[in-house]
Amino acid sequence: MTSTPVLIARNIVKELGEGAAKIVALKGVDITLVPGELTLLMGPSGSGKTTLLSILGCILSPTSGTIEVAGTSTTGLGPEELAELRRRHLGFIFQSYNLFPTLSALENVRIALDVRGDSGYPAAARAEEVLREVGLANRMRNYPGNLSGGEQQRVAVARAIATSPSIVLADEPTAALDSENGHAVMALLSRIAREQNRSVLAVTHDPRTLGYADRVIKIEDGLIVGEDRRPQGLDAPEITDLTKRRKAHA
Amino acid sequence: MIFTLAFRNLFHDRIRLAVTLIGILFSIVLVAVQLGLYFGASRMITANIDRAKGDLWITAFGAKSYEDGGMLLTQRERHQALATPGVDRVIPLVVSFAEWRKPGGGSSRVVVVGADAEDGGLEPWNLVSGTWENVKAPEGIAIDQSYFGELGIDGLGATAQIGQGRVRVRALTNGIRSFTQSPYAFMPLSRARSLLGADSERATFYLVQLAPGADAGAVRQALLQRLESAEVLTKAEFRDRSLKQWLFRTGAGIALIGGALLGILVGTVIVAQTLYSSTKDHLNEFATLRALGSSSSYIHKVILTQAGLSAVIGYMLGMAIAILIVAASQGSALPIVMTPQLAFGLFALTLSMCAISALSAIVKVTKIDPATVFSR
Repeated sequence: MTSTPVLIARNIVKELGEGAAKIVALKGVDITLVPGELTLLMGPSGSGKTTLLSILGCILSPTSGTIEVAGTSTTGLGPEELAELRRRHLGFIFQSYNLFPTLSALENVRIALDVRGDSGYPAAARAEEVLREVGLANRMRNYPGNLSGGEQQRVAVARAIATSPSIVLADEPTAALDSENGHAVMALLSRIAREQNRSVLAVTHDPRTLGYADRVIKIEDGLIVGEDRRPQGLDAPEITDLTKRRKAHA
Repeated sequence: MIFTLAFRNLFHDRIRLAVTLIGILFSIVLVAVQLGLYFGASRMITANIDRAKGDLWITAFGAKSYEDGGMLLTQRERHQALATPGVDRVIPLVVSFAEWRKPGGGSSRVVVVGADAEDGGLEPWNLVSGTWENVKAPEGIAIDQSYFGELGIDGLGATAQIGQGRVRVRALTNGIRSFTQSPYAFMPLSRARSLLGADSERATFYLVQLAPGADAGAVRQALLQRLESAEVLTKAEFRDRSLKQWLFRTGAGIALIGGALLGILVGTVIVAQTLYSSTKDHLNEFATLRALGSSSSYIHKVILTQAGLSAVIGYMLGMAIAILIVAASQGSALPIVMTPQLAFGLFALTLSMCAISALSAIVKVTKIDPATVFSR
């Protein structure tokens, strides 16, 4: 891989709780994300996936270790500076979509732009553009309550990419979706990674998502225990199960 | 988008919005009425002082108010004042409480105001019937038309007795009401002295008019050196003294201001409670905003805009009711005053009240952990 990494995390340790209740959620994790790849972070419940995602998303600070986002080290940054880093370089997709129920699909996307200071006609045009990209051209004026789960998640994807972030972090993006919508969302994330040259990292334990991955990182008990990469030149739809492929090679 | 989000958050829960608006409305009406009464009372207390054309007031030492000045000044003080450089005119006024014997029996109290309009000091204003010439006619006085019932008379031409002599109502004023509820009876100086049994040299106050270009401060100092048993007050000082006497020594003003403060407190608590609960309900959305990279100030602006919207709507509703109450009070013993300044002040107060109310919500939202967005 020759692309310049957009996110580098080195030796990330995260301790949660204090005293006797203290647990070490991450025990020295190294991870690098490059543009153009959809990476899956997989592991059992309690393995530290979401904690790692929160730290990579500059939402939680690590107990030790360093993170660089788009060339900027997060070490020593305060909450406002971290927020600035998030709005400039990171897009988020949440398991339960986290849309604003009182705002329409279009307004839900616009608010992500507004937070960055992008407003007025250009912001509205950009919001419409990304909603069209995710296939919601006819649902822009609808409120989340009037959208299906799949449509809501596509609004969330549009919101995540509206600001043109170099990194998109997704937390269980298909967990609340049926099979058809789950595949549609994963195909969308894969396209965003490949066609828009973004780095997409999705936390998941959904085996249906494996076929879309360029890379699969396995985490257990706070440690990275394995990594699989799709062979160069192989298109995503052709990959059905990286685990099977690995076993076959073995 | 800040306005849109704030507006939608506010109108999302109509019942809570109604509670918020009722809280603000109640507060605005209470504060408007209390302050309106305060200003109405202040205006009544100082109306004669404000109307009198004098740069300085000479009063007997320790005179408490316009109505309570005694009748201790003599021609000696007047001559001393007239001899002071910078003084152009010294106009005597007689002001005193007196007994009013109603024509049909019984009595009441009035405040006799004796002054000659020709002196250019003070004369009845807002005359709606009769003229000063009528008042100068034998037994003539001017009273306010709102006090007929209290004085036991039925209008122009009615007769009664003040102190030692008969009086006849020859002129009527409109809106000159008395905070003490003893109506003002305007009459020429000599008639006032006669009715009150005072000799022709006595006066309650001397109104000092300065010569053109004279320095009020220097003239005042010169007067103070000459007048041993009198005080020399500026118009503002005499107003303050009268206000202090009637509003604060009697406790009336404290009660009015206390009521206004209570209104502010109640309004602030209600708005704070509803804003806090609204913020708590939308905490997940604020956490999402924070995760999306919004600054703290962006979220604070959403909450403050919500507070501002509540303030504007609550103010408009509250003022509409307050104006109706003000209009209804105009014929009462203590009309409520609403001025543009008071209306603007109330608006500023409402905004401040809502902004302060937003603090608890802002403190709550400041403690949001954006990581909670991943745990739902």
